[in-house]
Order: sequence, then C-alpha cells, then structure tokens
Amino acid sequence: MSPTTENAAVPEAAVAAAKPPLLETVHLSRHFRVGGGLLSRAHLHAVDDVSMTIREREIVALVGESGSGKSTMARLLAQVYKPTSGEIRFQGRSLADLHGRRDQLRYRSDVPMVFQDPFASLNPVYKVAHGIMRGLKLHRPDLKDAEQRHAEAVRVVEAVGLRPGAEILERYPYEMSGGQRQRIGFAQALAYRPKLILADEPVSMLDVSIRIGLLNVMAQLREKEGVSFLYITHDIASARYVSDRVMVMYGGHVVESGPTETVLADPQHPYTQLLLEAVPDPRAPLTVTTEAARAEPPAVIDPKPGCRFRARCPLAVDACDQVTPVLQPLAAPDHQAACHVNAPGPSASAASAVS
Amino acid sequence: MPSSTLLEVRDLRVVYDSPRGPVEACSAVNLDVRDGEFVGVVGESGCGKSTLLFAIAQLLSPPARVAEGTVGFHGRNLVTMTEKELNALRWKDYSVVMQSAMNALNPVTSIGAQFKDAIAAHESWSRQQIQERSVEVMRLVGIDPIHLRSFPHQLSGGMRQRAMIAMALLFTPDLIIMDEPTSALDVVAQRSLMVQIKELQQLLGFAVIFVTHDMSLVSHFSDRLLVMYAGQVVEAGPTRTVFDSPSHPYSEGLLNAFPSIRGPKVPLTGIPGAPPNLADLPSGCRFHPRCPKVMDRCHTEAPELYPVGEVLSRCLLHQGSEAAS
Repeated sequence: MSPTTENAAVPEAAVAAAKPPLLETVHLSRHFRVGGGLLSRAHLHAVDDVSMTIREREIVALVGESGSGKSTMARLLAQVYKPTSGEIRFQGRSLADLHGRRDQLRYRSDVPMVFQDPFASLNPVYKVAHGIMRGLKLHRPDLKDAEQRHAEAVRVVEAVGLRPGAEILERYPYEMSGGQRQRIGFAQALAYRPKLILADEPVSMLDVSIRIGLLNVMAQLREKEGVSFLYITHDIASARYVSDRVMVMYGGHVVESGPTETVLADPQHPYTQLLLEAVPDPRAPLTVTTEAARAEPPAVIDPKPGCRFRARCPLAVDACDQVTPVLQPLAAPDHQAACHVNAPGPSASAASAVS
Repeated sequence: MPSSTLLEVRDLRVVYDSPRGPVEACSAVNLDVRDGEFVGVVGESGCGKSTLLFAIAQLLSPPARVAEGTVGFHGRNLVTMTEKELNALRWKDYSVVMQSAMNALNPVTSIGAQFKDAIAAHESWSRQQIQERSVEVMRLVGIDPIHLRSFPHQLSGGMRQRAMIAMALLFTPDLIIMDEPTSALDVVAQRSLMVQIKELQQLLGFAVIFVTHDMSLVSHFSDRLLVMYAGQVVEAGPTRTVFDSPSHPYSEGLLNAFPSIRGPKVPLTGIPGAPPNLADLPSGCRFHPRCPKVMDRCHTEAPELYPVGEVLSRCLLHQGSEAAS
C-alpha cells in the first residue's frame, strides 16, 4: 500500500540512473557585498562554485561549522536568495525558468524548509492546526473542503509521531515541548506532499535525548512518504546516523563528498578529519587536539586563489597558497575531495610544475 | 590534586511559588565540590540543573527561592548571606559563565570596559594595573588583547564565550560555575573551548561546576558526574564509572541517546516521552513512566539514593545492594 513496497521490487540504483536527479546545483555561488559605505566593493563569498545533486528518496547531509555557507545553501535552494552565478535545477528544470505565482507555489510546496528554532518558528497565538491548515489551503487544491483538510492534517501530525493527531491540532505551541514543536515543523512541511525537505539544523536546539527521535522521524518520512532530505548540521555523528551521502563544506566550498560510510571510514580532507576528531565520544579515548582546532573559520571576503583551509591545515604545501583545489575523484566510488595533498589532481601537479 | 571540600551543598530545596502553591524544582540535592575538581551536572531541559546552579550562585530571583538547605562555600553559608556580603565574593571567589555570552555581555560597551567594571567593584587598581590584568586574561584564553577594544557583536560566538571565561578569571577565583557555555557553538569550537577550560583549570587550579544536557561532552573532562531528573539527583559518582556502567536507567538512556561515529550503525531510540511537569509529578519513582526497566513497585514506591559500588543511584533495582556489598 505504501510506495515503499512498490519500489522495493525495482533496484534503487536502476531507478536513480534512469531519471535526472531530483535537485541539482551547477557551479552555484552566492556573494554578499559587505563593509560600510555605498562604494564598498568587498564581497563575502558565502557559497562558491558548489555543484551537487540530491536524488529521489535520498538523505544528503551538508556538514560544516558556523560560517561555512551551509545555511546560505539552504536559503538558495529555498529561493530566499537569488544565486550570484550558477544554476539550480529541480527535476531537470532550471529555477530561473519558473515564472508566475503558480510555478513558484508549486516549487515551494515541492521543496519546503524546516527551521532550526522550534520556539521561534511557530506562531504562539495560533493553535497548531492553523499553520498546517493554511498550508493545505494554499498548496493542496485536491482537498475539497475543510473536512478533508482536517483529515489530512491529522494524518501528517500522526505521521511525525504525535498521537492522537486531532487532539494535538487543538494545542497551542506553548503547551508542547521543543521536540514536539519541531515535529510540528516537519508535519507542516509534510502537508505539502513535498519531494525534498530542506532541514536547516533541525535538532541543534533540542536536548540530546530527544534529537534521535527527530532523526528517526526523518528516516521514517523517507521510508514511508518517499521524501528526500537535505539535512544541514554541524554534527557529523548525527549525519552518519541518518544520511546516505555527506558533503562537507568549508569556507563556502564543498571540500569532500561521498557515501556517508565511505567518507567517515576514510576521510581524506584534513578538515573532515578535524570534524571527526572533534566529536565527543565517550566510547573512544580523547584524541590530542591539533592547533587547527584552535583557529577560527575564515571570513571569506574577496578570497585570493588557494585552499581556504590552508591556515589551519597540518598538511599545507606551497600549492595550497596558489591554486584553489577542486573536487577530485578518489579510489572509492563517488568519493571526492578537494585537497592538493590527499587528492592530487591535474591542477595541483600543474602548480608544482610552476614552482 | 583534589583535597579539601570547597563547596558543600546540603539538602538544598528550591521552589517556584505559583498561584497553585510552591513547585519544587530541586529536591534535597547534596553536592560536594573539592578544590580543583571538575563536576559535571547533566540532565534534560526542565530537570532542575540550571535552577540548582543559580541556587548555588545565589542568583535566583522570585518566584524562585531556596526553601531549605545550605550552600557552604569556604565554610560559610551562602544562602543566609546578604547581597552586600555576596558581592564581596562574586567575581573574586566564585564566578559564573552563562549559557549565551551574547546576552550576558553588555552590547553597548567594549569588552575592556566590562572587565574594568568587574575589577572596579573589588579593587581600586590604577588604569595601568587594570589594563595589564585584562591583557593577561585575554592571553590566557587565547584571544588577541586587541579585542579589549572590540564590542561583543564584533566577536564570533566562540570568542565571546572565551571573553566571558577571561572575565571570570580576572581574580582567579576558586570556583567557576558554567551553565552550558558551549551549547551555542559548533562541534569544533566546542571541543577547542572544552580543552581550553581543562588546560586553564590545570594551570590555575580552580574548581568547575559544568552544567550540560550533552553527557558526551563532559565525558573526558569531568572528575565526577551528577545526573539529574525531575529535580532530583538520580545518579552521582566518578565520571568514568558512570559512563562505563551506568547504574540508573535514565543515565543509561542519556548515554545511548547520541549516535556514535565509530563502530556499527545501530538504530537508537533515545528516551521516549518527555520529562514530567514538576507541578504534577508521577507517583513513586519520577522516572517510571519513561523507564524501560520499570517494575510494579516503581509506581508506588519512591526510591532513595542507594550506594552501588562507588556511585549513588536512585533506582529500586539497587535497593539493598548496600547490604550485599
């Protein structure tokens, strides 16, 4: 009855290969003008040259520290910001070609967003039902009357693990815990029958003990409703728990990407290695922290060519100062890293030839 | 290193007065902190851990008040002290680092001016002495002293927390109380701040009470651990022992709530349900509605803290284990 059982017969790889990716970005960049004064020409490169794909029924984790550009990515995909350059394609069609309110609404219901702070993202003066019913009215013309909409609202609330749904809908946000509120955030998104949910740090404001419940909700929604997720986080351990693929961002660039287990078992970029070392794990001995852990992330204002991690990198060589490394394929399938030392490509060898 | 007892909390009971009568947020909490010791206090939101910390620092404001118990610090009871007596101790003998440095620092004055205020409250140092000490503490926490002239918004989240810690160190107090100082930071900044706190502690010898909801965070840093649930201490003991063999089902739940980056991937459940409303506590053991090991007696019998080897555990499973051992 659920789409899971239908699709289970077809090998997933075959399905993925036959279709264009659900969402794709091509050399996507977003720069912000910074500094005082109208004449300021300084630009902050929040997202620089990011090409990525999200396939159907896939959970992709975007991992990085504060200021790495991961939230800007989410806002670009949600069309809060327009790209400075590059392109976003959804189901093979460029977002630049979306014209008119109908197209826009359609995209927004296909790709909704779940926000970080469940205490700020729900309107405190309305019942839970309000937000969900409004979304249904706007995005679900297939539901004919209030009764059908209410039934659907109950369904989505129960789909995120809140029971009994009818009773939950009558509650105000203040009557619910942080974890329950964030589930409502997911229920609102789910009401649009989305293809892809952009989840920007959905669990970072919650207690550790209830985070796992929300991560399980994401896994279930993928399983039962066939939704893809872009899961944005700075916690690589939770990324491992839910995601199929992981992309690590640093200073606006994707520095490593690949299947989650491959990247975590064999991290190639020194920044990915640092992120993994920083995860507190009581089951493992404390590893010696490097100088790199001390440093602050870069403010990427009018960057010169070169690797953005070089100042913190224990492996930095001359080439890192001169040539920006690009993602190079590594031994494992689909595993890529942008590092002159651990993933040398043609650009690095060209640079060493010069020096 | 840990030797004499610096802080002695005895039977501390904190209540919030409400129209429907007092609500108990900390019930009969006992806690000892020795010189130079790092004590972690962990639990979910609403378990009373921040209330406990505010009660120790005498920062409670109505409707919260200490209903019973004592907080002995250097042998003097903080609970009965006047504001004036407390002011002489604050910053100097103990200091508090708050959760959100953005809100704890004054946004309209520079970091240096705020350091100067804290110093001027205690000493009549010359401008040069103040400057020298400010530069010194900034260097200790690894911030360029040039930032004494910066305003809070000009610093990153990690730097603001470090500046708060620098301020707490101005007089090298014996005790620093920290309320989730790393929760607004990302993993890398968090780890680096924790390492730094531990290094400073070893260098200067102050004791730390560290409150957090993330048990994994303190695993490598604290000497002893206090696990709180619904206003009560449910487990207390040496950190390593609590991690290696948690004796309360709640501690076990907290430990199994976060995914690991190593080893096989296992489905986790976290702790189902939510902490109880303190105004409407469950009968018997306060944890029984969420407990995976619940027994019939748990519904009616309220457990006490029973000794289990080196730790204390508030679980009926361990009742009578004292006699056995």
